[in-house]
Amino acid sequence: MTEQIICRDLTLGYEGVPVAENLNFTVCQGDYLCILGENGSGKSTLIKAILGLKQGMSGTLEWSGGIRRGEVGYLPQQTMVQRDFPASVREIVLSGCLAGCGHRPFFSKAQKQLAADNMERLGIAALADRCYRDLSGGQQQRVLLARALCATKKILLLDEPVTGLDPKAQTELYDLIASLNKQGTTIIMVSHDPGAALAYATHILLMGDRGQLFCGTAEDYKKHMGGDLYAGD
Amino acid sequence: MQGIEKLGEYFEYPFVRYAFLVGLLIALCSSLLGVTLVLKRFSFIGDGLSHAAFGGLALASSLPVMVKELFTAAANGGEMSPGAAKLADALSNINDMVIVLPFTLICAVLLLRTGQNTKIKGDAAVAMLSVGALAIGYLLMNRFPSASNISGDVCSTLFGSTSILTLKKEDVAVCVVMSLVVIGLYVFFYNRLFSVTFDESFTRAIGMDADKYNLLIAVVTAFIIVIAMELVGSLLISALIIFPALSAMRVFRSFKSVIICSGVISVICAALGMTISLLASTPVGATIVAADLCMFLIFSVIGKMKNT
Repeated sequence: MTEQIICRDLTLGYEGVPVAENLNFTVCQGDYLCILGENGSGKSTLIKAILGLKQGMSGTLEWSGGIRRGEVGYLPQQTMVQRDFPASVREIVLSGCLAGCGHRPFFSKAQKQLAADNMERLGIAALADRCYRDLSGGQQQRVLLARALCATKKILLLDEPVTGLDPKAQTELYDLIASLNKQGTTIIMVSHDPGAALAYATHILLMGDRGQLFCGTAEDYKKHMGGDLYAGD
Repeated sequence: MQGIEKLGEYFEYPFVRYAFLVGLLIALCSSLLGVTLVLKRFSFIGDGLSHAAFGGLALASSLPVMVKELFTAAANGGEMSPGAAKLADALSNINDMVIVLPFTLICAVLLLRTGQNTKIKGDAAVAMLSVGALAIGYLLMNRFPSASNISGDVCSTLFGSTSILTLKKEDVAVCVVMSLVVIGLYVFFYNRLFSVTFDESFTRAIGMDADKYNLLIAVVTAFIIVIAMELVGSLLISALIIFPALSAMRVFRSFKSVIICSGVISVICAALGMTISLLASTPVGATIVAADLCMFLIFSVIGKMKNT
């Protein structure tokens, strides 16, 4: 198993005040890691660290196995700005290719093909010329997922991807993510929902007030927590 | 028919042609940037900067008078020193732009910083800066008047003057070059600007420096506002920036089509506004903005009809 992200004794914080201490975990190729934790447990800060946007106060976070900083495909939470943004699906998916542009101002033919392939893969090829704001929540998430896949095929970081979706759309999106994982893409998902996490993830990282409460496989997590899936200490 | 003849007659004059060229270029630049500003919820920067630019202009026009008065007072009513006289002369001879542009650029950077900082109530800070610049500007113009007609001066800075008809060849050249630079930058960075506008977090995540592009947007906005002040005055610039973008967004549904439509609307409205103002001798700036407003209403109706 190729290790892709190795995190050792990482402490994250703002202006000298730690929000998450002594994080230790490893993400290998093909893993489906679910990061659980309540609000304020430092999940968003950990996301920034994984993306390479934030330095730890101590400890290390390394990318290896062909992954470099900035090569983690990211599905951020939706913002107000995006809900009524006049842009076609094609334009948004294509913007995921920007990382590969270097100093070139425009997209190459190969990049346009990559965008088209990813739209095909996520079943949104028919929507290519539709406006983003006219789509349903589930379709919008697929568009953003396709964009993230344009940035990288190796590893995806999803920040609460099912927020605001109805149950049917949630299940569809979870299934879609699971199928991407089966095709070899590593998934790191931040979630509020321990039920779904256990149903789909191979590994769980549980974060509490001061840092890591549990890290291991989903099987071990079930044993570790007994009946109580969420409560920490 | 008479109107068209009259118009043909006007176009014989080079200064009218210059005014049209400059006016249309300004309209095009401001509308391009407007789409980004409106979508990024950065409209406040345009608005704040236009007030800041007024303060800058007031500072530029009252600075020579201020220097003269201060040094005369320092000399106890006697003759001021030759050095001070030279300084005052030099200040009154340099182009206002030399003071207004850097001043506005600094404000642009400040506004961007405060606008994004949610800790100190960004929008309140912007309001504070813009109203502050307006008040200090008016205070300076009043206390150190560079001409006898203060209210006329203030009015033309706020609502645009006829100075667009008195542009010299150099002014036109400067304006054309600046506009072409803005358009060039926009085309070159188009895909990156789209990404930064649509999703800043994602843009950062793929390793691009979003702050750099935000700064670029603010700086270019400052440039446009300084050039556009000649045309429509500082109070009406925001209209030139936001109206075409909002109109285009009523009807079009992809980023590229919104940008193109916004540019076309803005150029048409500017041409229309300037033509009407020539024929009916109405104020240029206000007429252009009125044309933009009408266009917005028309596009709103079209948008409603398209949706039903």
